[in-house]
Amino acid sequence: MKVSDKKSVNDNEPIGSELHALIKENIREYAMYIALVFIFIYFNVLTNGLFLSSRNISDLINQTGYIAVLAVGMTLILIIKHIDLSVGYVAGFLGAVAAIFLKNGWNVWLVIPLTLFFGVCVGLYQGFLVARIGVPAFVTTLAGMFIFRGFLSRVTAGTGTIIVRDEVFRAISNGFLPDLPFGGNLHVLTLLIGILAVILVIISQIRQRNSMLKYNFKVMSLPIFISKILFMSVIILLVVWILAGYRGIPWTAVIVGVVLFIYNFMLHKTRLGRYIYGIGGNSEAAELSGVNVKNVTMFAFASVSMLAALSGILYTSRLSSATPTAGLGFELDAIASSYIGGVSVNGGIGRVTNTIVGALVIMSLTNGMNLMGVDVSYQYVVRGAIFILAVAFDVKTRGKRR
Amino acid sequence: MSENILEMRGIIKEFPGVRALNNVNFKVRRGEIHCLVGENGAGKSTLMKVLSGVHPYGTYSGQIIYNDEEQKFKSIADSEAVGIAIIYQELALIPELSIYENIYFGHEVTEGRIINWNQTIVQAREMLQKVRLNVNPSMKIKNLSVGKRQLVEIAKALSKNVKLLVLDEPTAALNEDDSENLLELLIQLKHQGVTCIMISHKLKEVVAIADTITVLRDGATITSMDAEKTKISEHEIIKNMVGRAIENIYPKRKKKNPGPVFLEIKNWTVYNPVSEREILHDININVRKGEIVGIAGLMGAGRTELALSIFGNVPNYKITNGEIIVDGLRKKLKHPKDAIKAGIAYVTEDRKGNGLVLIQDIKYNTSIANLEKLTEGIIINDKKEIQVAKDYQKSINIKAPSVRQIVGNLSGGNQQKVSIAKWLFVEPKILILDEPTRGIDVGAKFEIYTIMNKLVEQGMSIIMISSELLEILGMSDRIYIMSEGSITGELKGEEATEQKVMAMATRVEEVME
Ligand SMILES: Nc1ncnc2c1ncn2[C@@H]1O[C@H](COP(=O)(O)OP(=O)(O)OP(=O)(O)O)[C@@H](O)[C@H]1O
Ligand SMILES: [Mg+2]
Repeated sequence: MKVSDKKSVNDNEPIGSELHALIKENIREYAMYIALVFIFIYFNVLTNGLFLSSRNISDLINQTGYIAVLAVGMTLILIIKHIDLSVGYVAGFLGAVAAIFLKNGWNVWLVIPLTLFFGVCVGLYQGFLVARIGVPAFVTTLAGMFIFRGFLSRVTAGTGTIIVRDEVFRAISNGFLPDLPFGGNLHVLTLLIGILAVILVIISQIRQRNSMLKYNFKVMSLPIFISKILFMSVIILLVVWILAGYRGIPWTAVIVGVVLFIYNFMLHKTRLGRYIYGIGGNSEAAELSGVNVKNVTMFAFASVSMLAALSGILYTSRLSSATPTAGLGFELDAIASSYIGGVSVNGGIGRVTNTIVGALVIMSLTNGMNLMGVDVSYQYVVRGAIFILAVAFDVKTRGKRR
Repeated sequence: MSENILEMRGIIKEFPGVRALNNVNFKVRRGEIHCLVGENGAGKSTLMKVLSGVHPYGTYSGQIIYNDEEQKFKSIADSEAVGIAIIYQELALIPELSIYENIYFGHEVTEGRIINWNQTIVQAREMLQKVRLNVNPSMKIKNLSVGKRQLVEIAKALSKNVKLLVLDEPTAALNEDDSENLLELLIQLKHQGVTCIMISHKLKEVVAIADTITVLRDGATITSMDAEKTKISEHEIIKNMVGRAIENIYPKRKKKNPGPVFLEIKNWTVYNPVSEREILHDININVRKGEIVGIAGLMGAGRTELALSIFGNVPNYKITNGEIIVDGLRKKLKHPKDAIKAGIAYVTEDRKGNGLVLIQDIKYNTSIANLEKLTEGIIINDKKEIQVAKDYQKSINIKAPSVRQIVGNLSGGNQQKVSIAKWLFVEPKILILDEPTRGIDVGAKFEIYTIMNKLVEQGMSIIMISSELLEILGMSDRIYIMSEGSITGELKGEEATEQKVMAMATRVEEVME
């Protein structure tokens, strides 16, 4: 065996061939971004610029939020080779529960944690069945789908739609970060946050690269690395610029950001995260390495149901009401987001950051088609088709990389 | 037709960061048994994967001439179509189906479009006769031993009219009897005109049956030796494999003075609820500090079950009686985590099945069993982790371009070293090694033995479960012999001989009464 001990590929490799290798290795991820850009351009052209308008991008973010948080939880479940079909109606039901509490005049700061707590309880119940009793997750959560659909119908039976009047609650998915007192037409705080984000990205990328260099790991060559950073910065600034033209950064974006940060941190920096990937990769090996597979599985189910509760809160807030059909099809969107974001159908592989982009792909499609007035029936077909295409592409490219 | 059935010319195959095959030339004569040997990671399996179309045409450079024609296999199906069959170490049979269904899986015996099952069974019986396997073809695969499954695989290949049979470490998981049986079968097939390529790390069998021995090292052909006319010695093969002579592959320990008893298992009786059988009967063993205790026995004697039931009982057996005493204290080990805490580590026999997370890299697998040590607050210290992985990579010589290499892409022997690294990192007081050198080359074996010696010299205890008698005899201070779930004998290292151990390992009836 000959081991190449080059410090980085750029030592004597032309940039062209490095790019080629880079694309080949990351084709999945790049395909997702290309799809996203393509969708953006396509809808923007067809809607005469409406799609990329400040207002619609804000809307898109609010719309993506409730699927994005759900998809983050679903990613964990899919990594450990389970599935949760019940999340849609859990979201619908718990959203309605929150609405009822609010209607009865409970304080919103009590209602939100309480709802999340109920979510954890639901997850522990399903996790218990899967991890301790050994009922397959598919069966457990299919039953859950029926049970919570029933619950949702029950609590909305008397009243039908439950209107939410609480201002704080409504702001979660309709409100924006307030601006600084000065500023005028443009949203200054938004721009500041954007610039801060760019700086943070640059610093963290450079630090990461340096530490990899220190250990002689393969890194991108300098020109490609710089183009990557430039590209990321431009995208961030572009989004921020667009948002600043309307009312700034939506609260939903903040919430998704916090959830994303926590889960990304957990998956990549803590033991729990390692164990989750280990269970997905080879659960027997994980168990024999001292990992308590049952407990970790319980955790994953508790966490996805808690995020379902959060999703329900976001959705109810967005509509300012709880409806008897809330949550319908969320599970499919969440699963699709994960797969589009590169979670492996065989488990063990996946990143929540990419899942969020996957969610953006799915919701951009929905949003764009809504703008164009495409009938819902076609929308279902398109979403289903994109979903299966993403998975087929994934399976195919993974097979090649073996 | 020329004398050579196969010629591979100038084969180059690269993986990211690794050139696995560097201009390999390889010739196989018609009707011979050709053994392919070399260190772990030398490129043996890769070469055979190129031959069989697993790595399709276009992903390597060089030429494959088979039966005087250049071949461009795009898939396994292409190579099978011209009579090449490859049998991997991880067998590809379907456990829930019967033998005959498996043999004809994918090329069913049909009449028109309908499967003729009666004819299938008749033909399957013929194939089984050819491989001298005397069982009912309707038996399910899951009820067969590993050795018999291997024979079914060969029967399957024969049913496809194979001309060139490739076996990748076929005897690695077989006991002596089954191995011998298999080798005899290969010789018989040779007389029937089937050419055979066999990869093996067991040099004794290579010497016994090879007509030609080709040695690969670092992705290149070192030599091809004609063993038909002149006898080639193991020493000579080893010299070519590792580039230097290894005099005694069981290194001697400097000081041998075992301390007090560290681990004791008393009256250990275990029942398996799945098979509804008592699998371990009243086992009593102990291990001292600084001692290597071997557990010998035939395949299926219950050695792995014993290890698993001690090490946190993951398979959920019912432990009906007995106790574990670690360093004088009675312990209840309900989960591997408890066992690790008590200072026990267990390197599993099946590194791919339950030892490693193959889709993760070396550093992940090295640290997974002891992340506590790398955690500061709640954060895992990446830098420390990389350093630890690198240290082990160096100290036990894991061949890989970096510690970020995916373990599934390593050669078998290097995977085994990663599993050992993982358990060394938990700094155990007692290490249970289950078939530690299965599928490992002589050089690496020597290294692993050296590591074992160093560890016991530092006061660690080692239990070594192995089906390789010579290794048990060469390394152990004391040997327990197991048969059918019972301990049937105990021998001191110096008084143990092959005959004595084998006699005890097959001593079944007397014990049962
Ligand atoms: N799919 C792959 N991706 C990357 N590297 C690979 C892949 N397959 C094999 N390699 C590398 O190629 C080299 C040769 O591996 P190969 O499995 O052929 O060795 P081997 O001679 O069969 O060893 P062993 O005796 O341990 O089975 C090794 O360094 C291995 O890490
Ligand atoms: Mg091999």
